[in-house]
Amino acid sequence: MRREIPLIITISVGFLAILSFFSPPFEPLGEDFTLFFDIIAVFAFFLGGGNLMRVHIDKLIKRKKDWGFSIVTLVGFLVMLVAGLGKIGAESITSDITREGLFSTLYYNVHLPLGSTMYALLAFFVASASYRAFRAKNREATVLLIAAFIILLGSTPIGQMLTNWMPEGMSILEIPNLAVWIMSSPNLAGQRAIMIGIGLGVVSMSLRLILGIERTYLGKDSG
Amino acid sequence: MSPRRSTTGARPPVLCSCLLIPLVFFFLFLTNSASLAQGETEVVDTTATTPLAPVTSLLAQDFKYDDGDKLMLTWVPSIDDIPVTGRVTAYEVYQICNNGEPHRIAELLPEVSTFRVEELHRDSSYQFYVLALAEDASAQSVVTAAITPEQEWLKWNWLNLMVMTIVVCGAVMVFIKTATKGRKLFVRKIAGLEAVDEAIGRATEMGRPILYIPGINDMDDVQTLASLTILGHVAEQVANYDIKIRMPVARSLVMTAARETIKAGYQTAGRPDAYTDDMVSYITDEQFGYVAAVNGIMVREKPATVFLLGAFFAESLILAETGNSVGAIQIAGTARPAQLPFFIAACDFTLIGEELFAASAYLSDEPKALGSLKGQDVGKGIAMAAIIIGVTLTTLATLTGAEWMSSATELIRSWFVVTD
Repeated sequence: MRREIPLIITISVGFLAILSFFSPPFEPLGEDFTLFFDIIAVFAFFLGGGNLMRVHIDKLIKRKKDWGFSIVTLVGFLVMLVAGLGKIGAESITSDITREGLFSTLYYNVHLPLGSTMYALLAFFVASASYRAFRAKNREATVLLIAAFIILLGSTPIGQMLTNWMPEGMSILEIPNLAVWIMSSPNLAGQRAIMIGIGLGVVSMSLRLILGIERTYLGKDSG
Repeated sequence: MSPRRSTTGARPPVLCSCLLIPLVFFFLFLTNSASLAQGETEVVDTTATTPLAPVTSLLAQDFKYDDGDKLMLTWVPSIDDIPVTGRVTAYEVYQICNNGEPHRIAELLPEVSTFRVEELHRDSSYQFYVLALAEDASAQSVVTAAITPEQEWLKWNWLNLMVMTIVVCGAVMVFIKTATKGRKLFVRKIAGLEAVDEAIGRATEMGRPILYIPGINDMDDVQTLASLTILGHVAEQVANYDIKIRMPVARSLVMTAARETIKAGYQTAGRPDAYTDDMVSYITDEQFGYVAAVNGIMVREKPATVFLLGAFFAESLILAETGNSVGAIQIAGTARPAQLPFFIAACDFTLIGEELFAASAYLSDEPKALGSLKGQDVGKGIAMAAIIIGVTLTTLATLTGAEWMSSATELIRSWFVVTD
């Protein structure tokens, strides 16, 4: 029964979701299912938060390797939790903590800058990944390198300057125009092929889930 | 001396007349210009005092393909509704329900000529009128005839999509049935999936853990579900080889489902005692907080193998590059086309789009699952045929100018376009 009940829920919700997509009277059902999921996910947060506390307290007590980081995690988690739930620094109990109080101060002055710092690392990683990807190791990599070179040049004034002497009839060979052509023809065709494949893959995967052929995510019955 | 004096002192009468005439004309011209300018101002003032023109051709129609709770209003804007210099400042839409009192339901900006009325009831009749508003005046349109919204059971404007869904789903079902009857189906080799066992073997040889990242979306994303089905196979192998698996997650529900999946893998391998809940740990829902934690785990624990399978966004390259820098063999896969180039650049194997969804069927080697893969090939066949025929017809239509070819192309295109 541990697998049957979730399977029945999956099958019925799956078919109703398809029906709600095509039939207007069933449309609110689809919206309700999304809402149900959000509610379940909110309650599941207690599981996540509890797990986080348990793992790091255990690490701290047993003085496991790198236990110092657990102190930072626990302090950060608890301070934000107390500041948010207790509305510390807010004018009243009805105040919006995303605008005032300790929670918003910490969020805007600590949390957001830390997130932005992580995001900023992307610039360096793009450089190192591009360097590896654009090495002309074989024929395909050489084509990729040439295409990337044209697109990079086409996005800068140098690309315009290098080829603006070309006669009107050969304007397609101007670097900015070549860059546009690469992006809008071969690149777009490839992307569309991938998108069609993804769409069909989603249909096939969804059918496997709805029909109960795929049930790995449900675990084992005996558990 | 005397002539000079006469010219400067006492002027002869003829000369005076000659000077006066142009002066008179000059004054006349000035007076005329002033009166003309005054006249223009008066014209503007006259317009301001004229009544405001109402909207015309106001029409209330049933909103097609809804649950009978919407109506559509269309009208021709007031002739005083001109961009920049127009008098109309806003439109107000009024609704009369069952011949009751009118009440305002919307205030719209000038130049707007349609409005969708929502949250109506199928058992009531409705009338509407639109009030054009200016600074100093207002003008009411005619009141529409009473109308009752109607319910439609199917979105017939999506008939093409319905047919496509039935064809593709039907093909998948037929092939599943064929496969269960024992017919051998050919599925091409997928390099990324062939490498899964090899990557797990490498981790065993090196005595280092495996890191499994299921993306940052929740269980309502089919990519996460696909990732968990691959995790089932990986967990079984991990249990067989007796190596460590580490799975940090960004969603609580994924944590619960992943634990069940890994536990099932260990049970299938006959080693349920080796499973612990600590294999899967929740980090945070926050995107870059999660990235920071996973990067830390990679740098500290130096996993031999990293799986990046699921829904990824801006964090894809940060994770993949960090994995690359610690020397891990990386197998990545996502159905987000924007992230695929990053994975291809930084990982050893990448499952491109549909390959991620095919993985579970491919790895399980179960006939039913393989049948579903063959079924989606029918959809691909239809797409390929439509593209080839469409491109050929468009090219020939351009070269020959044949009208029927353009019409045929348009017809094929319409089969694949969804209209609201």
